[in-house]
Amino acid sequence: MSKIHVTTEINGDPVEFLCDGEETLLDVLRDRLGMTGSKEGCGTGDCGACTVSVDGKIVCSCLMLGAEAEGRSIETIEGMAQGEMLHPLQRKFLEHAALQCGVCTPGILVAAKALLAENPDPSETEVRYWLAGNLCRCTGYDKIVRAVMDAAAEMRGRNYAA
Amino acid sequence: MPLETEFPQDYEKRDFDVVGSRAVRPDGVDKVTGRARFGADAVAPGMLHGKILRSPHAHAKIVKIDASKAEALDGVKAVVTRDDFPIHEPAAEDRFLRDILVNVMAREKALYDGHAVAAVAATDPRVAARALKLIEVEYEVLPHVVDEDLAMAPDAPVLHDDLGHEYGGGKPSNVAGTVEIGHGDVEAGFAAADVIVERSFKTGAAHQGYIEPHACLANIGADGRGELWCCTQGHFMVRDTVTQLLGMEVSNLRVTPSEIGGGFGGKTTVFIEPVAVALSRKAGKPVKIVMSRDEVFRATGPTASASLTVKIGAKKDGTITAADAVLKYQGGAFPGSPVDMGAMAAFACYELENVRAVGYDVVTNRPKQAAYRAPGAPMAAFAVESVVTEVADEIGMDPIDFRLKNAARDGSKSSYGPTYTEIGLVETLEAAKATEHYNSPLGPDQGRGVASGFWFNFGGQTAVSLNVNVDGTIALSLGTPDIGGSRASMCAMAAEELGVAYEDVYAVIADTASLGFNDVTDGSRVTFASGLATIQAARQAKQRMCERAAKIWGIPADAVKWEGGAAHPSGPNAGDHKPMTLKDIAAMAGETGGPIAGHHEISAEGAGPSFATHIVDAQIDRETGRIDVVRYTVVQDAGKAVNPAYVEGQFQGGAAQGIGWALNEEYIYNDKGQLENPGFLDYRVPVASDLPMIETVIVEKPNPGHPYGVRGVGETSIVPPMGAIANAVSAAARVRATEIPMSPPRMLKLLRDSEQAAQAAE
Repeated sequence: MSKIHVTTEINGDPVEFLCDGEETLLDVLRDRLGMTGSKEGCGTGDCGACTVSVDGKIVCSCLMLGAEAEGRSIETIEGMAQGEMLHPLQRKFLEHAALQCGVCTPGILVAAKALLAENPDPSETEVRYWLAGNLCRCTGYDKIVRAVMDAAAEMRGRNYAA
Repeated sequence: MPLETEFPQDYEKRDFDVVGSRAVRPDGVDKVTGRARFGADAVAPGMLHGKILRSPHAHAKIVKIDASKAEALDGVKAVVTRDDFPIHEPAAEDRFLRDILVNVMAREKALYDGHAVAAVAATDPRVAARALKLIEVEYEVLPHVVDEDLAMAPDAPVLHDDLGHEYGGGKPSNVAGTVEIGHGDVEAGFAAADVIVERSFKTGAAHQGYIEPHACLANIGADGRGELWCCTQGHFMVRDTVTQLLGMEVSNLRVTPSEIGGGFGGKTTVFIEPVAVALSRKAGKPVKIVMSRDEVFRATGPTASASLTVKIGAKKDGTITAADAVLKYQGGAFPGSPVDMGAMAAFACYELENVRAVGYDVVTNRPKQAAYRAPGAPMAAFAVESVVTEVADEIGMDPIDFRLKNAARDGSKSSYGPTYTEIGLVETLEAAKATEHYNSPLGPDQGRGVASGFWFNFGGQTAVSLNVNVDGTIALSLGTPDIGGSRASMCAMAAEELGVAYEDVYAVIADTASLGFNDVTDGSRVTFASGLATIQAARQAKQRMCERAAKIWGIPADAVKWEGGAAHPSGPNAGDHKPMTLKDIAAMAGETGGPIAGHHEISAEGAGPSFATHIVDAQIDRETGRIDVVRYTVVQDAGKAVNPAYVEGQFQGGAAQGIGWALNEEYIYNDKGQLENPGFLDYRVPVASDLPMIETVIVEKPNPGHPYGVRGVGETSIVPPMGAIANAVSAAARVRATEIPMSPPRMLKLLRDSEQAAQAAE
């Protein structure tokens, strides 16, 4: 079984890898590149724990083939903080206790970052519908929604470039 | 030197510096940056990938398994079947253990759709998947049953020949056991009642729905010693269970818990762990197994489904004269549904002269149930709280006033036996009544419901080590996996007790070789029991630091006291010495006697039950039957909220899971007994757009059995939701909803039936 050679960009770095044709982007990230921050909760695109950004659009990386990453620009949870400097969303998630077990958190943060890039001032309803593809079983979403809205307010105030 | 001082465990009123603050958790940064390592995130050099073949039949005799073609496939390193899981001595004598083994790998029969029948380890997960398809299993399909009422019928297919002879009149049946609790004379109580309401209810099975599927990595050496990494609520339980099932010495397996991506009770047993160890032993290489979501739904959890009948009688003044319940819980293919706890919890909120609850433990061709947050209580509470509200309505009393009139109080004899010491139910009812929510107007097609709930809470075996580092920081080793932020609470309690900054304490969950035995993270026990042990370990460390200061000062140890994070000379003969801070003492530890640590090992008692009252506003769409929860308030007693943010999180999470159970979540079986919705698309847990903000009120009535007054809070929060929602929905629909989930088709049918009945009555 011959492998496919893929050249892509992940979190700003050039990356090359070989993968089988049937491997998902999530498989490649986790098993070939050791980037285990993206989680597999279902493998069918229902839970959003594997959410990554591809050319600025969020996708479930379990629904995209690794080979389709060719020539794309991919962002994962591992690229969200700048060194020791957490993204405002990451900081607000900690301050608001917006995670309990934390397994859905990477996907939710990636999705929330994409929301704020598109809509810097979302209503509660807009946050809830944007995140409707990201399941959290621990929190009941209350503190997640509050953390996203608080981060949005801070970023608007500081004119922070998301 | 007398180091083993007994420190008092009882509650002492005090002012807190750290406890009660919303401190950020020590594992937080790892969890928002993707660094935290969960079950599936571990790798080992030379690792193989394991996959499990599962029965497609609900009930079938396994005539033959031929794995020769799979074994011959390139890259396959081991195949295991029932032949690789002989019944070793502990399981031969212990039905509970044997059932776990049979659930882990089917023997004579496959007992449910998804029951494991074989497993493969291969160099690549895709090779392992292909190998599974090459395993030939010859089945002889048998009649099946998946419903508790049908399973109790005389002509039902029987799962086990060695069960249920009492219910079956000498022949085997599917009723594995019965339980009865209560006191007084129920018949006399009903005879004295002015109003009696009796109703029957059904609740569906609900899966715990943790987002992280089960995952583990086993690495067993040729000498029989090995390591196991897994996501679990109790790694000591995993070690003890796996070694007993596989005939290993307990000390030959070291289990390290990963970060755990949710459990809610569903990770308090083993499924894939013994299989991974068996494959690793056979292949001589590390083996990783990660369940798919389909496997999680078909083969793990859920909680029991239930069929319930509740009858309550009361005087016109609101006094309940008698309460009676019959509970039938099916817990899947093996005995052990939580009907015993359901029966005990059913009427626990009320002080009753005459009370009885009878429970039946029923087996069916479904996956073996696993604990789910207050196991057994939510279904019973749904039925009881529905009838309680209906009785209140009949006699024209406010539902909170009616509950207050009958509420269990300090010193009440509980329905399940013990007498309560200090409990906070009345306080939650009074606080609920005073909320703005309860006194706000409702919109059109909306109804309001309230319900109360109870959970026992648990203490259990716990060991904690607290090490004073040379730089004056504290390293805390805990043995209870942190499922919702408990490390933050432990750090807060250690900091409080030592008088140091919260940031100076760091907690880890230690492996099975590094700490004494710890019971599973369950029963809402961790903040109570590990917290208690942490406080006592800190007290021991303080005592030892006082001894070091005494040695440095050349005064007796009892002339030193600990205050504000420092040792002070105290008493007439202590002399004049500059207080030594924890940092000072830690820095000199090497010259004053070596490392300083505190330990505590305990089988904790006095957990203290927790009570809650929930208020729900629900809106019904009378055209589609859809229910929306538009407002929700949780009022619960936490004893003392160590970290209020995480206490609120437990309240909100329990309420959200209760909302899902009440409105959406459902197992759909086809006529062959196969699960038709084993995925999150069709087994629909609540998503963000389904829910409102969940308001919280933390009541703090100190638990007399904990130095800071802490009570567990994790489970009580899922007990009231179904009853509260059913009461709100029934008020909005103007007809009593008796089946869970109250999904649109079911509600629409209920509305149409009641409209037709009303028309017929005209």
